Amino acid sequence: MNREAVRHPGLNLGAAHGRDDEAAERVMFGFWVFLMSDAILFGMVFATYVTSVHATAGGPGPHQLYDITSVFVETLLLLASSFTFGMASLALKYGPGKGRLAGWMIATLALGIGFLALEVHDFTAMFAAGGVPSRSGFLSAFFDLVPLHGLHVAAGCVWLVCLLGQIARYGLDTQAKLGVMRLALFWHFLDIIWIMIFSVVYLAGLA
Amino acid sequence: MSIAGIFEHPLGRLGPDALPFWQMLQHPTEGNIINGCVATGAASMVVIGALVMVVLLTRYRRWGVLWSDWLTSPDHKKIGIMYVAIAFVMLARALIEAVLMRAQQAFGLSGGFLSPDHFAQLFSTHGTIMIFFMAMPFLTGIINYVMPMQIGARDVSFPVLNSISLGLTAAGAGLVMVSLVIGKFSTGGWFGYPPFTEASFSPGVGPDYWIWSLTLASLGSTLTGINFAVTIYKERAPGMTLMRMPLFTWTALCTSILMIFAMPPLTVATAQLALDRYLGFHYFTNALGGNMMNFANLFWLFGHPEVYILILPSFGVFSEVISTFSGKVLYGYRSLVMATMAITVLSFTVWLHHFFTMGQNANMNAAFGIASMLIGVPTGVKIYDWMLTMFRGRVRFTVPMVYSFGFILLFVLGGMSGILLANPSVDYQVHNTVFLVAHFHNMAVPGVLFGMLVAYHFWFPKAFGFRLDERWGMVSALCWIFGFMAAFFPLYVLGVMGLPRRTVAYSEASYVPLEWVAFLGALLILVALGSLLWQLRVSIRHRDENRVAAGDPWNGRSLEWATSAPPPEYNFAVIPSVEGRDAFARAKEEGCAYQSPDTYRDIELPRNSAMGPVTGAIGFALGFGLVWHIWWLVILSFLAAVTTLIVRGFARDTTRVVPADEVRREHLRWIAAVNATTAVSRVDECRPVNDGRARYEAIGVAP
Ligand code: HEM
Ligand SMILES: [Cu+2]
Repeated sequence: MNREAVRHPGLNLGAAHGRDDEAAERVMFGFWVFLMSDAILFGMVFATYVTSVHATAGGPGPHQLYDITSVFVETLLLLASSFTFGMASLALKYGPGKGRLAGWMIATLALGIGFLALEVHDFTAMFAAGGVPSRSGFLSAFFDLVPLHGLHVAAGCVWLVCLLGQIARYGLDTQAKLGVMRLALFWHFLDIIWIMIFSVVYLAGLA
Repeated sequence: MSIAGIFEHPLGRLGPDALPFWQMLQHPTEGNIINGCVATGAASMVVIGALVMVVLLTRYRRWGVLWSDWLTSPDHKKIGIMYVAIAFVMLARALIEAVLMRAQQAFGLSGGFLSPDHFAQLFSTHGTIMIFFMAMPFLTGIINYVMPMQIGARDVSFPVLNSISLGLTAAGAGLVMVSLVIGKFSTGGWFGYPPFTEASFSPGVGPDYWIWSLTLASLGSTLTGINFAVTIYKERAPGMTLMRMPLFTWTALCTSILMIFAMPPLTVATAQLALDRYLGFHYFTNALGGNMMNFANLFWLFGHPEVYILILPSFGVFSEVISTFSGKVLYGYRSLVMATMAITVLSFTVWLHHFFTMGQNANMNAAFGIASMLIGVPTGVKIYDWMLTMFRGRVRFTVPMVYSFGFILLFVLGGMSGILLANPSVDYQVHNTVFLVAHFHNMAVPGVLFGMLVAYHFWFPKAFGFRLDERWGMVSALCWIFGFMAAFFPLYVLGVMGLPRRTVAYSEASYVPLEWVAFLGALLILVALGSLLWQLRVSIRHRDENRVAAGDPWNGRSLEWATSAPPPEYNFAVIPSVEGRDAFARAKEEGCAYQSPDTYRDIELPRNSAMGPVTGAIGFALGFGLVWHIWWLVILSFLAAVTTLIVRGFARDTTRVVPADEVRREHLRWIAAVNATTAVSRVDECRPVNDGRARYEAIGVAP
């Protein structure tokens, strides 16, 4: 057999990782299924947003509230973090050692925190301009969708720190490896959600 | 909420007026006294029940056993049994509420004895409990118990997650129970439509109890769905291809897929309603751009698939039972699988039929009406398959079969009334009348509930090692069937006569006779529940006569019957390899059942984990704090939840090993016991001589 069996969609650890690769099969598949469920969650929140765009009830709308420059920078940060996480995954698969992996993960963490900081800054500016969620159906829907993504990213950051802790404590054992692989999926998934938010909320809102 | 505020009101809005007898003491009018006594009686049942449990556990020193053998166990069989136990407790409560409602309506011409508010709480808790805390735990429990064994697995894919799901469900059920004692439950019905459930119209704690109990339960169900689906895809024994899976496993798979995709809309709907109520958002309010139609769409986008989550496992159970007790291969296996899949897909395309009257244009209604009628086709296919399975089989009139006959007859009727309702122009006439109540109970009771009771009778001997008493089972089954007919057929007529659902009192004297028939029917159902409990008692008392340790009391067909009763915690000493459908029936036919292999291997099992009960306790505390605005409790339990997850991430060494020697000893002991058991013919199936070994009998041959 010259091609390795693919145990689950996405980057496989490969036979060189032995039992860790075997253990990945059910865990990674389970995580994919979880992401499907999470995608429905976002889908519903998107639907709420799309049906509420015009429900501004005389309050401020997209043109008064969105700051496309800041959002563009956020997008770049998040895309860059997906790249760094991709590098982390490769470091996980091919090594050498755990230093390189940890380096790329810390870079990802920094980009993620940068994204969150900018996003909080955006929200503060919106609040100052009277864009609070209790103002209108539109703003409620906005603050359902965008912060939900933000909360996911924040959870991802906490998870990342925990994984670094696990790697420091136990080295790259099965659970740590599977943790990194799942977080990688999660992270890229959030990236895709963000692209949708960027297009549906910000670009369409300002168009 | 400021920091000072947290300490100013350490109990949030919890005060003495939360007690069920407070209002009656303050304003002792006749109405208040009656309602107060009913509520206090109910509350004391909860409190006394809990106290009796505590006393018994302490008296017999069972706390340790409860903790280490049950609550922290990751064994899918024990988790399944605990789910079913929850379901029975909740069934008892919801049924008593139903009888109370029927009693109120029987006397409803002169106003009855309950206040409108109290009546509204009754139908809201009854509906919420029956769906989320009776039917869901019941089917989750049965799938948990049976499915891994049917596919020849040792456990589900994620055993500790399984225990967490149970914890979350139990926490939700706990919140509903506590609402009887402290405060009031929602009056907004089981689907809690805003704007009525918004803070402006329902400022009390009721909708909050509803929101958080549902949120906890739906989180649990999402995780369960993921767990089951992964198990079925990844843990099947060698040779168990998808098209060789028992039909119950197929329905479990489809139900899990529905859970994965249908629970998130519910989570979103309840979360948004919570944001409206707690933080003044405007998703569903009347003013400032809120839109309640979003709630209706989100809720029923969950709600309709939900009814198929409930019914599919029952379809699976009936398929197994009818085939087993007819001594025949299931007719039309392939068509049953296709029908199940078709229903799964179609169930996402019909949600709008729950609000035909709420403002869409006629074309939209027509499209959804047609889609709704289409579901009748695959369901009809199933009915024919079951009947053809019985055709020329050797049908035994056991309790599960009696339920099955009741199911087939009644379910077809209920389906017919559903087809009527799927026609928007008919729906406009009977929408919101008790015609609808009759229709969905006609599906829920003979379909969901009977299916689960059949599962309980069918697999009980597997789980506990002895059969349930047939006589009391028969009494109970007949009471259920005839009680159901008496309780709900009148509602079809009353609905056409114009009686709206959720009516506490009415002024139309011609309703009274049929209301009384329905009330008597409800009483008969109460007798049915009583007989069910009595049956359990009788069966436990006579357990030694009815033991079936060899494990196969019904001449079963699928792999769960190929183990001892009760099975070892690892299910199979050696993972079976499967060559076709009905693996165990085939093995018996070929004379190669009950073999012992040459070598045994060590078996790795998950260690016990406190994650389940701990998550459950935290979820309960979080929900309770949110309901009563006890903010310090909310913060504390949130932090506890995060900490628990992080700590669990650092846990290693989570498995233990059962040595091969022990496996061999246990297996050989069972094989020896089987060999010492006389195989019985089906004529003696329900007699004490049936020790769980079936004699081989060709179809249709006399004993
Ligand atoms: C077995 C005996 C049962 C009886 C006697 C019974 C009786 C009732 C009654 C009297 C109502 C109120 C009808 C009205 O609005 O006028 C009701 C509502 C309801 N029942 Fe049952 N029920 C039974 C079983 C079930 C089961 C098994 C389920 C579900 C699995 C169920 C689910 C519901 C739901 C969802 C509602 C609607 C609550 C609402 O209006 O929000 N019931 N039932
Ligand atoms: Cu429906």
